[in-house]
Amino acid sequence: MSILTETPIDLVPGPSSDRSEGQLLEVSMGPQHPSTHGVFRMDVTLDGEKVVKLKPVFGYLHRNHEKIAETESYLGCMPYTDRLDYICSITNNWAYALAVEKLAGIQVPERAEYLRIITGELTRLQNHAGLVGFLMQDMGASGTPLMYAFREREKVLDLFEALTGARMMCNYMRFGGCRVDVPANWLQQAQKVIDGFPQFLDEFENLLTSNEILMARTQGVGVVTREQAINAGISGPMARASGVNYDLRKVDKYGIYDRFSFRVPLGEHGDVYDRYMLRALEMRESIEILKQAMRDLPAGPIMDPNTKIRGFRPKAGEAYGRIEGPKGELGFYLISDGTASPYRYRVRPPSLINLTLLEDMCLGQNVADIVIILGSVDIVLGEVDR
Amino acid sequence: MLGEGILKGLTETARNFLGSYVSKDRLTTIQFPEERLPQIEATRDFPFLVYDGTEWEAGLRCVSCQICEKECPPKCIYIEKSKDKKPDATGKLQFYPTTFNIDISVCMSCQICVEVCPFDAIKMNVEFEMSSEDRFGGLLLRKEQLAKSNEYYNKIHPTEATAVDAALAEERAKAEAKARQTTEAKAATPAPMATPEAGETK
Repeated sequence: MSILTETPIDLVPGPSSDRSEGQLLEVSMGPQHPSTHGVFRMDVTLDGEKVVKLKPVFGYLHRNHEKIAETESYLGCMPYTDRLDYICSITNNWAYALAVEKLAGIQVPERAEYLRIITGELTRLQNHAGLVGFLMQDMGASGTPLMYAFREREKVLDLFEALTGARMMCNYMRFGGCRVDVPANWLQQAQKVIDGFPQFLDEFENLLTSNEILMARTQGVGVVTREQAINAGISGPMARASGVNYDLRKVDKYGIYDRFSFRVPLGEHGDVYDRYMLRALEMRESIEILKQAMRDLPAGPIMDPNTKIRGFRPKAGEAYGRIEGPKGELGFYLISDGTASPYRYRVRPPSLINLTLLEDMCLGQNVADIVIILGSVDIVLGEVDR
Repeated sequence: MLGEGILKGLTETARNFLGSYVSKDRLTTIQFPEERLPQIEATRDFPFLVYDGTEWEAGLRCVSCQICEKECPPKCIYIEKSKDKKPDATGKLQFYPTTFNIDISVCMSCQICVEVCPFDAIKMNVEFEMSSEDRFGGLLLRKEQLAKSNEYYNKIHPTEATAVDAALAEERAKAEAKARQTTEAKAATPAPMATPEAGETK
């Protein structure tokens, strides 16, 4: 008798448990939403304009990356890693190569290490430039900053094409070194791009950093505290923007990063603006590393002569190789059982783990801010879904 | 002052807009189908098979060892090996592929086939306008579509092709020198044997 009057039967499916006062609205953002950077969906529950609940739904781009790798040879896995985070394929190659090198105890020649640093830092430059452009696009600055960023990114991609043959799916590194040596004139072209990049950054920062609209939209939005960042295990620019001093280039000193002097910029507030600024500052530090690497690049072989690329069978064991990718800590965990393909192959994707804080960042914010918060996380769905 | 940052930004856009009339660095776009950028030498997209000489079927370098088929990560290569042997461009008896198909709708242009080929028979092409109305047949390239001459290879990847040609020439010279040695040795000790070419060419 009293059932009907006290608890009304909810005929509309939805977040009924959260219905506190007034009408809540459930919005499904994505998967075909232009601002979700791929096929990503957020089930957002709104109270007016404010977000009260957000549930990320992903997996639309799942393509069995880890299982496919278990059926491939160690060499055959390499081109698949390009397709994880398709913006920065070279750093993906690097992390995988590092894991295999740890597994089999391979020494990488000096020149190859330098080439890895050069291509890896160029990747960071073009990733950050592209990300900041996309972030502005998400914010409603249609086109202009994105076009400027892409103009610069294009120069780096041209360098990649001249070196590796492909603009995005580079497939450049091999366990034991790099696939090809630099062609004639490449270093001069690269030097030109690197020398021209600070000018672009100055212009870009003139355009954006002190822009009042940008500040109003981003400052105090999507705050991640230091404790939250550490507890959630996020890494990369996201964590550093919250003031966590954690950069694998300094912590692990993988490769030959201990030879370079560079600073690790840290944020203070952990909001979207800090994440934007941090990337701008990181690009400047990458240029410093690139200048040093270009200056010191030695001559010599680029492949370890004892490493067999085809029919590669490391002895049984396990290894975890990790690098500071442009998006955060990218790790590959490999178990070998002595056969030609990995027994277990696991990727630690920085985008996915950085995305775990999405709801915490978005709660209490406006709907329009979800888009820029998501944009500032820097996700690539190829890596989130694998 | 409020608005100062926006004005500062607008000077940048103005600089880029006006600069696009005078500076090549600021105007980087081209009108694509009419204008084209020069091809970058290392560019790759899909594989093709190299043949020496003028006859594609006779000069095909592929000896049907099927290494590329095994190593191809997405398994887009399909080869059927011949039962008989026939002389390749240098006159040496080799197997040849009776079928060599590459499904370029599956191919991911990783060039691992090129890396593992011990005969320099498969190389990467630069042709990208390959759209087809037939999703299955039109994107399945057969042996005759894949075969491209060594001159073509030299044209699209000059540096790489010159190195490959030099290496092959050296190898052939070595093989010839060895063959001459054995024939000389044979001449010293006469052995009445029919040449194998005569027996097996059909």
